[in-house]
Amino acid sequence: MSSRPAPTASTTPADDASERLGLVMRAVSLRHGNAAETVQALDDVDLTVRPGELAAVVGPSGAGKSSLLAVAGGLARPDHGTVTVAGQDMTVPSRRTRTELRRRHVGFVFQSGNLLPALTAADQLRLPLQLGPRSQRSGRDPLKLLADVGMADKADRRPHQLSGGERQRVGIARALVTEPSVLLVDEPTAALDRARSHEIVQLLAREARHRSVAVVMVTHDHDVLQYCDTVYEMVDGKLAASS
Amino acid sequence: MFLAIRELSFARLRFALMGAVIALIAVLMVMLSGLSVGLVRDGVSGLQNLPVTSFAFAQDVQRDSAFSRSVVDLSAVDEWDAQPGVADAAPFGNTLVNTRTDRGTEVDLALFGVQPDSFLSPSVSQGERLGTEDGIVVSPTALDAGLQMGDTVTIDRLGTRLRVVGVTKQQDTFGHVDVAYVPLAAWQAIKSGTAPGTALPQRAATEITAVAVRADDGKSVDLPAGDTAAGTESLTLKESYGASPGYTAETTTLQLIQGFLYAISALVAGAFFAVWAIQRKPEVAVLRALGASTGWVLRDALTQALVLLAAAVAIGVGIGLALGALITGSGIPFALSMPSISAAGAGLVVLGLVGAGAAVIRITSVDPATALGGNR
Repeated sequence: MSSRPAPTASTTPADDASERLGLVMRAVSLRHGNAAETVQALDDVDLTVRPGELAAVVGPSGAGKSSLLAVAGGLARPDHGTVTVAGQDMTVPSRRTRTELRRRHVGFVFQSGNLLPALTAADQLRLPLQLGPRSQRSGRDPLKLLADVGMADKADRRPHQLSGGERQRVGIARALVTEPSVLLVDEPTAALDRARSHEIVQLLAREARHRSVAVVMVTHDHDVLQYCDTVYEMVDGKLAASS
Repeated sequence: MFLAIRELSFARLRFALMGAVIALIAVLMVMLSGLSVGLVRDGVSGLQNLPVTSFAFAQDVQRDSAFSRSVVDLSAVDEWDAQPGVADAAPFGNTLVNTRTDRGTEVDLALFGVQPDSFLSPSVSQGERLGTEDGIVVSPTALDAGLQMGDTVTIDRLGTRLRVVGVTKQQDTFGHVDVAYVPLAAWQAIKSGTAPGTALPQRAATEITAVAVRADDGKSVDLPAGDTAAGTESLTLKESYGASPGYTAETTTLQLIQGFLYAISALVAGAFFAVWAIQRKPEVAVLRALGASTGWVLRDALTQALVLLAAAVAIGVGIGLALGALITGSGIPFALSMPSISAAGAGLVVLGLVGAGAAVIRITSVDPATALGGNR
């Protein structure tokens, strides 16, 4: 756990410039299911993550952690509340607009990297730069970024030729290549041993600070919380600062 | 394109197997196209090479056998010649005969009876044009069948002797039989069964199969009006192909098989890409989560299908052309026609793309949120 004072989940107002560059969620609610059976995935969630801050969200399975990431990244629209990333509204109805905002401002790191089997490590990083219109294709140098995460000598390897930790390093680099404002990290240590887990979360913390990216990491792994600036706990869709 | 090409390279065995199936279909399509063109050429090239726009047959004649059944009075030629827009009208006779050379070689011939001074009289590549009473001008394919310049052939049972005096410039066949142009008077004698040395019956001298009509350049002839005036029933040159023996049955059968091949191609491509699309769903979810638009994902998938289909069809057509070159001239009615093969190849690619498109469209429904959690 971080040595910093325990933060609150909802009391910080999102009105200064640095907050607007990060992630701000206010009174966000989301229900899944139909009329017969509904699940309150997110229940009046407030969350602010500033640039350079690594925030961890822990909680049991089904607590709503993935829904939190989905709403924060514009993959799903909340029923109520507001979400801004770098000052941009991520709850707009247009799926196309949310996709574009996600491409420009959000980076995702998935479980086990979720790398595409056909692509080498270098191509995994080149891919996000190809997704937008030609005029918007800018970002970091993929090879230099691979070197930054310690993967320079494995740029030509495909996912099946990499270990779990290496895949996750490539996944982190892929998320950073478009220079996002917010990094949303989903269970990055789920398939890693203890040593690798520490390496990966240390890498995330280092990159968050070095590149001034607001990072939200969902995890079950309490061993790695020491590297996080803030820790939240999610239970039944409610988010609260962890004790 | 970025991902499409890399996936083609990465899963090359899978795509190669799929491409092999499409290539085999393309080979089959080239062979069928060659057979179609060959059969058409064997069936009606004699008609195709005539400088004719329509034939006027006897009224109410059975259309699919008009050349063998029609009998028209010679006076109809003048009626047709007087019609507006008609540049030329000439008598035309047609009958199939069995002949034998003096060397004993049996050759079947489709006799085209024409007046030597009419516009129907063919140009020759060797020998002389029609003129002498018993002289015939034959298709070069008849030489392959055993005839030689200067040969005399005797018509079975009738005993009429005809001498080969010239050879046409290109293949002229009718109903898969080599054409021999013969002076109209000789044709009338043969058609009426008049033995050599016997006087031609009065009636036979006025009977022809049809009136061959050539319209003025760029003009059309009012065929119904001409038919009313001449008491005939006209078919355009293309319609008259159907009156060639077996033509309609052969072409319809081959077109049906080609149609099935197109459908099979679309289904095969559709089935492959449907399975591929299902397998790729987790990847597509990741792509969408990374910020790929639906259009980007669809374009990439369709580009992949297009590259695969185009390459497979090109290879298949290449193999088909090589096989076709071996078959051409072997006696099988087979002819390679690049316009037909190009159209068939393009048809395979387009229909394959339609099948693939129908399959990959389902990836638009992939929820990018499934990339999160333990869904993958």
